[in-house]
Amino acid sequence: MSPWLQHLPVAPVLLPLCAGASMLLFRQHRVRAAIGLFAGFVQLAVALTLLYLTSDYVPGIWPEGIGVYSIGAWSAPYGIVLVVDRLAAFMLVLSATLTLPTLVYALAGWDRAGVHYHPLLQLLSMGLSGAFLTGDIFNLFVFFEVTLAASYGLMLHGPSAARVKAGLHYIVVNLIASLLFLLGAALIYGVAGTLNMADLGARIAALAARDRGLFEAGVGLLGVAFLVKAASWPLNFWLPAAYASASAPVAAVFCILTKLGVYSVVRVGSLLGAAGIASPLGGSPLLYAGLATMLFAIVGMLAAQQLRRLVAFAVVASSGTVLAAMGLDAASMTAPALFYLLSSVLATAAFFMLTGMADRARTGEVITDTGAEPLPTYATFGNVEDPGDARDSSDEVGVAIPAATAFLGLMFVSCTLLIAGLPPLSGFVAKLALLAAALDVRSTLELPAQSWLIICALLVSGLASLVACARIGMRLFWSPAGRSTPRLRVVEATPAALLVALCIALTVYAAPVMSYLHKAAVGLHAPQIYIHAVLSAHRERAPTPGPEP
Amino acid sequence: MEVIYALAVGILVGSGTWLVLRPRTFQVIIGLSLFSYAVNLFILAMGRLKVDKAPIITADGATDPALYADPVPQALVLTAIVISFATTALFLVVLLAARGFTGTDHVDGREGEP
Repeated sequence: MSPWLQHLPVAPVLLPLCAGASMLLFRQHRVRAAIGLFAGFVQLAVALTLLYLTSDYVPGIWPEGIGVYSIGAWSAPYGIVLVVDRLAAFMLVLSATLTLPTLVYALAGWDRAGVHYHPLLQLLSMGLSGAFLTGDIFNLFVFFEVTLAASYGLMLHGPSAARVKAGLHYIVVNLIASLLFLLGAALIYGVAGTLNMADLGARIAALAARDRGLFEAGVGLLGVAFLVKAASWPLNFWLPAAYASASAPVAAVFCILTKLGVYSVVRVGSLLGAAGIASPLGGSPLLYAGLATMLFAIVGMLAAQQLRRLVAFAVVASSGTVLAAMGLDAASMTAPALFYLLSSVLATAAFFMLTGMADRARTGEVITDTGAEPLPTYATFGNVEDPGDARDSSDEVGVAIPAATAFLGLMFVSCTLLIAGLPPLSGFVAKLALLAAALDVRSTLELPAQSWLIICALLVSGLASLVACARIGMRLFWSPAGRSTPRLRVVEATPAALLVALCIALTVYAAPVMSYLHKAAVGLHAPQIYIHAVLSAHRERAPTPGPEP
Repeated sequence: MEVIYALAVGILVGSGTWLVLRPRTFQVIIGLSLFSYAVNLFILAMGRLKVDKAPIITADGATDPALYADPVPQALVLTAIVISFATTALFLVVLLAARGFTGTDHVDGREGEP
């Protein structure tokens, strides 16, 4: 491996950090946006390269598709490692794919509604990449905090009363979850003596019986913290209000934040199950939490009066689906669940972008939301540029696409199909794969009823989202009351269309994506390979003398 | 010492939880601060409580681990303090913004039933 390639795993963390920091040197929006775009493209290229390196096409570079990078060349249990395996690379590609369109979308004026949109987005991207890559629980906490701190800033981007109120709740709930995370991590360290996830997986079997209770309490606390982020019922009451009141591009990028919680549950759960003992993070409790989340989301979607709230509940539903599928104790459910995650993140993000555009078409009668209203000036903290210009007609250099309404309608139908899981888009492929896997495994389960529960929940949530979307869509596009043809800008329409196009591509190329995800799932269900790769990394490398104290 | 330490952590968590459940934003932020102090003390305790022991190996080269305190929780707690300080400061800004927007310091942005 070339010396440069060897350092590639750290690039997804360093690149957004450097980009975000260098943006602060420039005050001009154009320069910041240019840096952001450049960093976004490079980030995507790096993520795709990592995906390629973990695939089977180049088996020589990273055996078993697991690349380990020891920061500062301190070896695994003592130093901090970044681990790229197939799941991490997949999540990296997803987050880079999502960040770039939201950045472009925000260029339509959303980024000028407040200060520091672009640096915050880069920091969010850095936190996400770090959390997906890290192999250490405490570093997972740190990257969670980086992500959350950036998300607090983005959440309040272009503040209004409703946004600040929802943001306040969002911040309090997530701060408490972070403190629980710390408690859990400290307990785990106190009992097991390590925070490296791979080392933890290897040591769990050797724990004394009297320590197991404490250890599982620590893992339980971690699990609660993850599930708050993953928006699992009953820890998700903050989410719909927060996501519905955030500005459209911010809400779109937030779609992946809940999946960070899901990812952490899956990753830590998989490694703790390495010793052949039932993993304390997974199994039936996760299944029932996921089912309850889906039920909550179904009720919420049917009750939603605003498109934004509907989409926020769709985010909850997709989290619940993935959690429930992961909770079903069957290896064959993992790959379809990951495929569903990919498809639903892209779909909900596109849907949030659509709400931003559709809101401009209505007259305030349908949806009384503050999101796209002229934003109040908030100059108390100084140096806030006048946010009013975001929607000034003088600034509106966009093209009035004649077919704007048709475009919005088409987008709306595509997003509905994707979320409800109807053919012919990728949502259907994902749900079909989930249903097929659930039917297949029902004979091997201890409780075959669990499999039926998941099948019912999937079908009902599909129907509910179809009904809810159709209802709101009819009101949004067919009600004659005082509609005007919305003015769309190319920078807004293109990213949303791109996300839907990606979903179409995902439908066409479902087979290769699914086969990659199957390999990722195999890796998750055989965590010994991961543990071995992390703990033996320093032996394979040339001697790396650390500084002697 | 363990009893006093545990009581201190317990009292901080108890007071913090009570304050976080209060309706005023200022009470919530004080509650969060108390909670984070408790968590920091807890992390330190997870390296086992030791008095008058250095967390680094001393010059005389004694290698008995019983002579030393565990350095890892001290590093963790330092990071945790910095992070909770930063997030508290950020929350303070949001608190002031909410007060400015809604004219009340109630967490829901409006006064509840008297």
